[in-house]
Order: sequence, then structure tokens, then C-alpha cells
Amino acid sequence: MKHVIKREQLRPDIIQTIEELSGQDIKSCYQCGKCSAGCPIAADMDVPPNQVIRQLQLGFVDEALRLKTIWLCASCETCTTRCPREVDLAAVMDALRNIAIQKGIRSPERAVTLFNKIFLSTVKRYGRVFEMELIGMFNTGTLNFFKDMTKAPKLFFKGRLKLFPNFTGRKMANTVFKDVKRIKSSGPEENSEPSKGI
Amino acid sequence: METTAGSKKALKFAYYPGCSLHATAVDYNESTLAVAEALGIDLVEVPDWSCCGSTPAHCTDELLAAALPAKNMIAAGTVADEMLVCCSACFSRLKFAQKHIEEKENIRTKLSKIMPVEQAQSIKVRHLLDVLVQDIGVEKIAELKQQDLGLKVACYYGCLLTRPPKVTELDDAEDPCFMDDLLTAAGMETVPWPYKTECCGASFSLTRTEIVLRLVADILQMAKEAEVDCISVACPLCHANLDMRQSDIKKKLGLKYDIPIFYFTQLLGMAFGLEQGKLGIGRSLVDCKELLAAKGIK
Ligand code: SF4
Ligand code: SF4
Repeated sequence: MKHVIKREQLRPDIIQTIEELSGQDIKSCYQCGKCSAGCPIAADMDVPPNQVIRQLQLGFVDEALRLKTIWLCASCETCTTRCPREVDLAAVMDALRNIAIQKGIRSPERAVTLFNKIFLSTVKRYGRVFEMELIGMFNTGTLNFFKDMTKAPKLFFKGRLKLFPNFTGRKMANTVFKDVKRIKSSGPEENSEPSKGI
Repeated sequence: METTAGSKKALKFAYYPGCSLHATAVDYNESTLAVAEALGIDLVEVPDWSCCGSTPAHCTDELLAAALPAKNMIAAGTVADEMLVCCSACFSRLKFAQKHIEEKENIRTKLSKIMPVEQAQSIKVRHLLDVLVQDIGVEKIAELKQQDLGLKVACYYGCLLTRPPKVTELDDAEDPCFMDDLLTAAGMETVPWPYKTECCGASFSLTRTEIVLRLVADILQMAKEAEVDCISVACPLCHANLDMRQSDIKKKLGLKYDIPIFYFTQLLGMAFGLEQGKLGIGRSLVDCKELLAAKGIK
């Protein structure tokens, strides 16, 4: 049987965006699988890390952007450190996550994306992480109200949980969030789609 | 400030505690400040620092992930030439931001529109462990030792302290030894074990707890097989997972470890004879008092 794979299918434009964002050449990977062998989370992923690269090499970008794998990657940098071809796979995962958010693709790992969102919103609001609110909002968002709640009083009595946020870093964080939003929306850029992430 | 060696210049750093050290990891902060004082290291807190953005920022937007650290590094530059970080995750994010600003033109140009990026690049970002080994030196650590703790310790480095080496510019990424060197100099026995740099699942502690429980249980099991008294860590996220999740591991996986987790600064502080209250000893959830009493550590 004859298969025809068109160039546009193998190298859609978005691959270039992924390569620019990650600073990696997707073609360098020779599929040895070392990244997946050492990945601590591989067992929980729907597709092991090396196959994510393979999907990109074959032009299956939409599929890659919808994988659980990209959200379960813990950014532990093991793959990046060990790759014999010096592919920075953790950077590719970051690029895929960034693009998935920009495109508004629904994450199959909702808890992870929700956590990220709440985390950044507390940083934006207070300048520093405020654990009480972070955990409270996360539990509310996942409808799992009492998760880890037995830990709170223990941590509190050990002096490790604050009841009120600290506002000292607020000005700095606020400025950064505002400025980043401004430069992202100014001028025609290659990734100028409005960010839905933050 | 003069060090006893006299030849070394005063050590002054812009200190970036990061969010954790002001909250769940106050014990790391306390012990860092106490040890720094004992060693004559001058720490000036980065003025009005903010969160580095951590994992959520780099998962969401690479520009934000570089901008938050850069702004903090610029603020750090106003108080010292070098910046001291204790949290391995913050350390990683700051070093990554510098690398991305240097290598990615897109980030550099965009950020330069909103801040003087060259100032963020000129500061040297250091992890406390590295400062103790390189600038203070193990000889000085040995000199300051007041009591023999008699502890057998597994040094757990976690992922982000040494990986990837191109970014962290520290010791061996697969088998680092600098924490071992420090604790050995302070009179402890450290063990060679295979899980020094295995990932603990870090930021998935809340979101995918079952993954974290599995990873942490593996690490604790390895430490147990190495027959250690405790584990030494250098990162608040590692500490949170290894310490706080032990009760869940008992409940959900039926595995009982009860291995006390210390920050390396707490162990050093005790070896230096500093007061336990000043080192935040006893703030962790796994009890360590029993072990310390059994070893006669005051
Ligand atoms: S280790 Fe590198 S070359 Fe090997 S499969 Fe993974 S990314 Fe490809
Ligand atoms: S960075 Fe992500 S993909 Fe790579 S080894 Fe770690 S968890 Fe796996």
C-alpha cells in the first residue's frame, strides 16, 4: 500500500512556533527512549515523553496539545539532563503547555491547570503565594472541600501556615503582570493570539 | 565582616527567601539565618521581593516566567552583587530566567521594553549549599563543629538543584556529593544511595497527590534500606512532600516509615551547637525529638 505524506502535514507552521518557543530542533531526537526510561511520571502519562516528540516529528501537533502527558510532566529536567541528542524535552513540554493555553485547548488534567491558574492569580493579587487561599480555592474548584484539611491545623500550630496574606511583594508582581500583558498585546508578533492563560 | 581565615573578603548577599521560606518552610528560613550568622555571612533581604512564578508561570507563559525572576534579580542588584537562594525551585527559576534572557532574543527584546534586563543578567545567583562549599569551605565547617550528632544521613538533592547542569552550573547531576561533603565535615555519616536526585513530584502534591505518594514512598523506602536515621534536604518542596506526606503514605499505601526530614541547615546548626529553637527544629510533622533524644543531641 502506498502512503502519501505531504510536507505540510509533516511540518505544519506550528512546529516552527514550538521550535522557537522551546529553542529545540524537533528533528534531532532519534527516538532512543532514554527520556521515557528515566521519567518519574511516565507510568501515569497517556503517552511516554519520547512519543510526544515522535508525534511532533510526524506532524500530529493537535494530538500532542491534547495529551495528559504535557500536564503531568513535572518539569523535573531528568530527560533534558540525560538526552544523548541534547534535546531539551522539558522545554518542549513547556512550549506545548504555553501553546495549549494560548489556543484555549481544554486540558485533560483539569486539576493541574486549575492549580496553576489559582496559583498565579494569588501571586498577582498578593505578590507572594498565600497558601490558605490557594488550597481553599483549589479545593472549592475541584469540589473536594476537605482534601488535606486535617493538615491545616497541624501546620498552623507548627507555625507554618499563615492566616493572612503578606502584601510586601504586591507592587513588584503587579507591575510585572501588567507589563507582560502589555508587551504581549502590543505589535504584530508571531504568537500574538490573545492569551487566555492569565 | 572578617572571617576567621582573614584572607577571604566579607560575604554579603542579597537574600531571596521565596514564598515557601516565609510560610510552610519557616524552619528552613530560621535555620538559614542562624547558620549564616554563625558563619559570618551577611544577608540583606531583597527589597519587596515577589514570588518567582514557580512552575505555574513557566507552564503558562514563558515571558511571565522570565519577567518575575528578572524583576527580583534587578531588585537584588540594588543591595549586593550576588544573590543567595535556598529554595531549589526558586534557584532553578532564577537561573533559567537568566539563561533564557541570554539565549532567546525574543524574550530579551520584549523584556527590555519593560525593565533594564542587563541588570538582571549581571547578578550572580547562588544556592546556599554552593556558597557553603565554595566560599566558606568544608574546613571552616569542620572548625565550627561543637557536637558530634552521630547521625547517619541520606542526602536528598531532588531534581532542580543540580538539573540540568547547563543551567544550575553545580556538581554532578546524577550523583552530587556537595551536601554529603558538608555534613561529613560537620561530623555526620552520609550514605551513598540511589535516590539522591529522584523527583518527589514537587508541585503535584495537591493536584495529583497519588503520584506524589508513590514517588515519595519509593524515596523513603530507599532511605530505609540504606538504614539512615534521617534525610537531609535543601528544598522546601522536597521537605513538604517527604515530611507531610508520610502520614498519607501510611494511610493510603499502608507503609510506615517515620523517617525525620531535616533541612541541611538544621543539621549544620545543631552540629555547630546552635539552639534548636533558633533552627526551627520540631516544626516538621514527622517527629524528630525522639531521634534527637536517643542520640543525646541538645
Ligand atoms: S532521550 Fe532524546 S533522543 Fe532519546 S528519545 Fe528522548 S528526546 Fe529523543
Ligand atoms: S521533565 Fe517531564 S518529561 Fe522530562 S523526565 Fe521530568 S516529568 Fe518526565
